[in-house]
Amino acid sequence: MIAVVQFPGSNDDRDLRFALKTVLGVRSELVWHRQGELPAETAGVCLPGGFSYGDYLRCGAMARYSPVMAAVRRFAEAGGPVLGVCNGFQVLCESGLLPGALVRNHHLHFVCDFVHLRVEKSAAPFTSRARPGQLLRIPIKHGEGAYFAEPDLLARLEQRGQILLRYADAEGRVSDAANPNGSVGNAAGVANERGNVFGLMPHPEHAVEEAIGGRDGLVLLGSLVDALAGGRRVP
Amino acid sequence: MKALSAASAGREPVVDAALAREHGLSDAEYASILALLGRPPTFPELGIFSVMWSEHCSYKSSKQYLRTLPSRGPQVLFGPGENAGAVRIGDGLAVVFKIESHNHPSFIEPRQGAATGVGGILRDVFTMGARPLASLDSLRFGPLEDPRHQYLLHGVVAGIGGYGNPVGVATVGGEATFHECYRGNILVNAFNLGLVEEDRIFLAKAAGVGNPVIYVGSKTGRDGIHGASLLASAEFDEESEAKRPTVQVGDPFTEKCLIEACLELMRTDAIVGIQDMGAAGLTCSSFEMASNAGTGIELDLDRVPQRETGMTPTELLLSESQERMLLVARAGQEERVREIFERWELEAVVVGRVAEGGRMRVRWRGGTVVDIPVDPVARSSPELDRPRREPADLGERQKLDLAALAPEDDPQGALEALLDHPDLGSKAWIWRQYDQLVQGGTVIGPGGDAALVRVRREDGTPTEKGLALAVDCNPRWCWLDPYAGTAAAVAEAARNVACTGARPLALTNCLNFGSPERPEIMWEFAEATRGLADAAAALGTPVVSGNVSFYNETSGRAIYPTPTVAAVGLLEPWRRHAVSHFPRAGLAVLLLGEAREELGGSAWLAVRRGLELGHPPAVDLGHERRLQRLLAEAVARGLALSAHDVSDGGLAVALAECAFTGTEPIGVAVTLPDRLRPEALLFGESTGRVVVASALPEALLALAREGGVPARQVGETGGRRLRVAASAGATWIDADLSHLRGIWAAALPRRLTAA
Repeated sequence: MIAVVQFPGSNDDRDLRFALKTVLGVRSELVWHRQGELPAETAGVCLPGGFSYGDYLRCGAMARYSPVMAAVRRFAEAGGPVLGVCNGFQVLCESGLLPGALVRNHHLHFVCDFVHLRVEKSAAPFTSRARPGQLLRIPIKHGEGAYFAEPDLLARLEQRGQILLRYADAEGRVSDAANPNGSVGNAAGVANERGNVFGLMPHPEHAVEEAIGGRDGLVLLGSLVDALAGGRRVP
Repeated sequence: MKALSAASAGREPVVDAALAREHGLSDAEYASILALLGRPPTFPELGIFSVMWSEHCSYKSSKQYLRTLPSRGPQVLFGPGENAGAVRIGDGLAVVFKIESHNHPSFIEPRQGAATGVGGILRDVFTMGARPLASLDSLRFGPLEDPRHQYLLHGVVAGIGGYGNPVGVATVGGEATFHECYRGNILVNAFNLGLVEEDRIFLAKAAGVGNPVIYVGSKTGRDGIHGASLLASAEFDEESEAKRPTVQVGDPFTEKCLIEACLELMRTDAIVGIQDMGAAGLTCSSFEMASNAGTGIELDLDRVPQRETGMTPTELLLSESQERMLLVARAGQEERVREIFERWELEAVVVGRVAEGGRMRVRWRGGTVVDIPVDPVARSSPELDRPRREPADLGERQKLDLAALAPEDDPQGALEALLDHPDLGSKAWIWRQYDQLVQGGTVIGPGGDAALVRVRREDGTPTEKGLALAVDCNPRWCWLDPYAGTAAAVAEAARNVACTGARPLALTNCLNFGSPERPEIMWEFAEATRGLADAAAALGTPVVSGNVSFYNETSGRAIYPTPTVAAVGLLEPWRRHAVSHFPRAGLAVLLLGEAREELGGSAWLAVRRGLELGHPPAVDLGHERRLQRLLAEAVARGLALSAHDVSDGGLAVALAECAFTGTEPIGVAVTLPDRLRPEALLFGESTGRVVVASALPEALLALAREGGVPARQVGETGGRRLRVAASAGATWIDADLSHLRGIWAAALPRRLTAA
């Protein structure tokens, strides 16, 4: 069972659960942010997109203090897989479960568009379904999605292979022109050192049906589902 | 009356006819208030009459015309009179939708004005129990050469995105155009559609004497007081900037929580009726709820959650603070209501009771400050039959001598100039700033003829149903001929919906006009509503909701009549739909409908000749109906893979858009029979025409013959160029698609020069 955390202001929780249930056939449960414990049978945790607490103060800054985040931290420290999408990524950075920070897009506008992502590493539990270098077409929609890390931190992340996804062009070239928000190193998705906590600004749950945004998001969500199924590939 | 005068003594001024005039009430209206009450109103009562009888709330100048609009049909569950229209889409589901203006506030404070416009329309939809699913926006600005209008565009777009994105409702389409006539009055019309189970629709009814009246949502402040009466019901002048404090401030986070809390509560049986506090806030909502149920309400203002100290009864009654709702619960369910709202960190306070006797009694600090009958205020608001007069220069406007018009010597240059015009160029700069995807149903997003949204039930179960949504109006046509222009807006909105393959179900409209106190404006309004009624009836698409915005004028200069029409259509199964761009090479290109020698009111005439003259193109409603039926049938049978309506800029622009708006450019070569002058063939805007790409042209031609729709194959797709030639041999246009696309894509951003 995957726990989908609901903060006041979460918006993409329903879409994430739809992708998990209707498309991937996995059970999920909505966990209210004030709950101090995750349900006993939680095998993975997803923090959905949206505007928790209206993103007032700073994106994710208030949600990190929700009681459920202490439980998520314990779950992550025990090695459980935690995925943060968009606002969920912001919450994970604010909580210190992921390194770096997300700041205002360099062009200062909210941007909603389909982008190309280059998968940098194929690894469980988030990118095992991809091969390195594979291109995914997945939408972004955010105003504060520019990933920021100090140069030495960025160098460490590069060295340890924690940047799992980068913004690229349709040919797979990682360039400034293909960077939609000013993220350092074109980073679109970043994992912790252990590899069990992963945050990304693009929305895989909005690319799970052929006729509505394509199915490239299933590469990422499907990897998580496979990992929970003990490495068995789930359709 | 002792209590009344005591409560307001010392704090609030004495009411007389002069004060009433300051509140926007005429002497005749003040006289009927005196007759109704048998005494002078208290100051809070005067405030109530002032807003309830304002043009904005009472529709006093427009009522008699709105009654003529067709609003019934087997698909209609609730029409005008409710917060929004509700239409059946089958299998127990219904859609609830409406479009509404927020013009005046957006001109004064673009970001908050547009944001609260979105917030207001969302509340109209979820008040009825529907989860808001998709939004559209129709925006009109002055010329972008004016830095103020760049600022307004930036502000309005930031406001729409800044509210719609956090609240979790996708903005899936809309329109934006720019014209001198909006320099003093921009238009911001916001549309929203929500989904509901048809037996779970809630109405604004204060039924059941003794039931608690519960206030939920944000606290009340001093914002937006007299927004409806003073801001929306008068024209602008040099001092309008001073009205900025009458604009409300939006909080999308609270709205999001309010949506979730209300929908959660609506799944219980605790609610009897519910109404949002929009224009005129607590006053309007309580009067409407009591009036709809034939009851009265007793309100205790001391219990109203307040975020400022020292608020007077008038301020509490008239505040337009956002994100507030009033609901009537079953007696004994108060705790349940409070629990749900507390979970979402929102106020839920019992502020009154439903009472017998049809009176509104408002208490404050131990005294009664309002004691008036409900129905005369809510229903018997004055109705005006304002004088109408055809504009003296109408004949001049409509005069266009085609024979005297110099021929277009550079058709390709004309196409490029049209694609570069901000009205016709890409609006991606705008809609990239909106979340187009949330709630996972966007099959076709902004940029096509209509948006297409797949329906999922509240529990997430996907359905086969798709909803097609479009919003349209050509103000230039409406200025030249408001009857024909409005009929054309209806035809185009419905045609755009039909281009996806959907069957148009119903309409909503936002009628934006100048001051009704001028006979020429009233004539425009009467003509426009006549056009709306005739077209809606002919196409079988009832008008189920709408809004009138008068006084869109500044220092005596009115906007062009702008009756914005939004159409909603149903497509089942949604997977079988047509897109607006050519999907691939090797397809036959067909033109449905016929061109006539019509250049009056065209974009070509305006852009290339600097003229806004002539009769707009004729609308043949019988042909429209046949054409729209044919489109649905052709898409269902797989005979039309793409369909794109020919509108602004004519066939040349339509073909260019078909060719370059897909992910990959798909070229096209077209040959046109040159029986009309080339300008009319290439750039004329004759209505009822659609460009279709088909792999089975013979079958489509046969179907068109059967359906009584003129159709012919004019070319085929392939290559990377747009080629348009005359059958006599002359080549009018031969251009590289990436070149044309570049011009079109830059049209808006290249004009946004102000920092």
